Amino acid sequence: MATTIKSEFERIRNTEVWRTIFRSGSGSSNLHRSQAVQQNIFLHLFSVKVRSRALEFSPTWYLGALTLSTFFILIATGILLMFYYHPSVPQAYADMKDLQFVVASGVFLRNLHRWSAHAMVFLVFAHMFKVFYRGAYRPPRQFNWVIGVFLLLITLLLSYTGYLLPWDQLAFWAVTVGSNIAKAVPLMGKQIRFLMLGGNEVNANALLRFYVLHCVILPLAAILLVGVHFWRIRKDGGLYVPEKKQL
Amino acid sequence: MTDGPKMKPELKMQAEVQSDVRKNPRRIAFILRRSSPYVKAQDDGRVMTYPTALARFIIALEVAFVLLVWISLLANAPLEGIADPMHTPNPAKAPWYFLGLQELLHYFPPMVAGVLVPGLVVGALIVIPYFNINIEGESLWARDRKRRLMIVGVALVLFCIFLLVFDVIVALVPTILIGGLMLWSARFSPESPKLFHRWLASKPLSFWIMSWFLVELTILTVVGTFFRGPGWSWVLPWQS
Ligand code: HEM
Repeated sequence: MATTIKSEFERIRNTEVWRTIFRSGSGSSNLHRSQAVQQNIFLHLFSVKVRSRALEFSPTWYLGALTLSTFFILIATGILLMFYYHPSVPQAYADMKDLQFVVASGVFLRNLHRWSAHAMVFLVFAHMFKVFYRGAYRPPRQFNWVIGVFLLLITLLLSYTGYLLPWDQLAFWAVTVGSNIAKAVPLMGKQIRFLMLGGNEVNANALLRFYVLHCVILPLAAILLVGVHFWRIRKDGGLYVPEKKQL
Repeated sequence: MTDGPKMKPELKMQAEVQSDVRKNPRRIAFILRRSSPYVKAQDDGRVMTYPTALARFIIALEVAFVLLVWISLLANAPLEGIADPMHTPNPAKAPWYFLGLQELLHYFPPMVAGVLVPGLVVGALIVIPYFNINIEGESLWARDRKRRLMIVGVALVLFCIFLLVFDVIVALVPTILIGGLMLWSARFSPESPKLFHRWLASKPLSFWIMSWFLVELTILTVVGTFFRGPGWSWVLPWQS
């Protein structure tokens, strides 16, 4: 069974169509495997080889990989949710009810998006602390740490802007509490809040702004920075693995 | 080098220093103590990214996916009544990851708790890798032990008084906890026979500050999420 799948996969990889898509073609020599990474626009962010110790569980606990996983789930479920959502008052709330009672698996879709978002916020914090305690912010990785801090902020903003979109009491007041803090910024607090909400209170304009930020601007920023984050890992000499204990 | 023996000794010793890098390229590596771990680890075993590392990532993705699908089947995302600006719920809470800050808002003016503190936290996080003290990671007590004990002790006491004045008991407890551990760690030498003592003794200042931040963040968030009810008064999570 396993061998048939393998040989079938091998056959597909040798077809002309496959080889026009994946420039590396087939073959399982190290050269071919290197090319599978190098010649792929997404994978070429990564190095061709990695230290086997970096793949062990203990250095990273795979927290970065898990953060990325939740981000992927969020993109997939988020796109599906966008098909059912209008960023307007009061339609936004009605759409939540539709997801609950009309759309097939709508509740599940919303649950998955919601819980994944909480998981991502938690994981990004955990990843940051793990990187810190392992000392992986030290040269030459300083700037990747800084990129990380911005990713943390973007993740928080993504979650926060998404929080308003259901337009229920929970959403409305959580965002009201948050946006009131902006008022405390010295000199231009009021202006910042106005810019954020498109008005002096949380209303339909705020919903539209949060929607655009949540579905377009922040995800694009996150994808861009995650790309740079991974590229920097390669440029900084791969993941940091602590020195082996001197025996 | 047929005329080698006739060459002047000074000439033989002359180093090849060429300032034109295109004619005479050379690589110079500065290896600083503790700063270039990847140079030392260069000889470790390596595996191919494709398929080994990629497979690991896909397993991580699947684990996350299975767990989250499972949770999503068991628990529904909250949905309350439609937003109503006329009816303020009590308490009105921010999302959980901001409840630490909201807890601070209870004690300090918004300018401090909402602007200054988060600004300082983000700033401090960004500059971590740019301070040599954080990079060398030398034990806090490795040098000037007496003087440092004094400074840390005084700073801790002053900070605790500050928290007491503002009645921030929630933040005081972790400070005493971590601060106490920090002062206690000064008693041990890095050669102590006990692993735990050696571990405590080896920790740099950045470790203590970050651990304090982690504990504060956790406790403030937990308190804000589970232990705060109407009017931001204390409640027990199973009583609400
Ligand atoms: C959207 C958020 C983020 C994603 C998807 C992400 C992803 C990753 C991944 C997959 C790795 C590989 C190693 C690992 O799994 O630990 C990594 C490494 C790293 N991350 Fe992140 N990260 C994010 C946020 C952050 C944050 C908030 C920080 C710190 C403030 C950070 C700092 C770093 C550093 C310095 C490394 C290199 C570690 C090393 O060389 O060993 N990242 N990141």
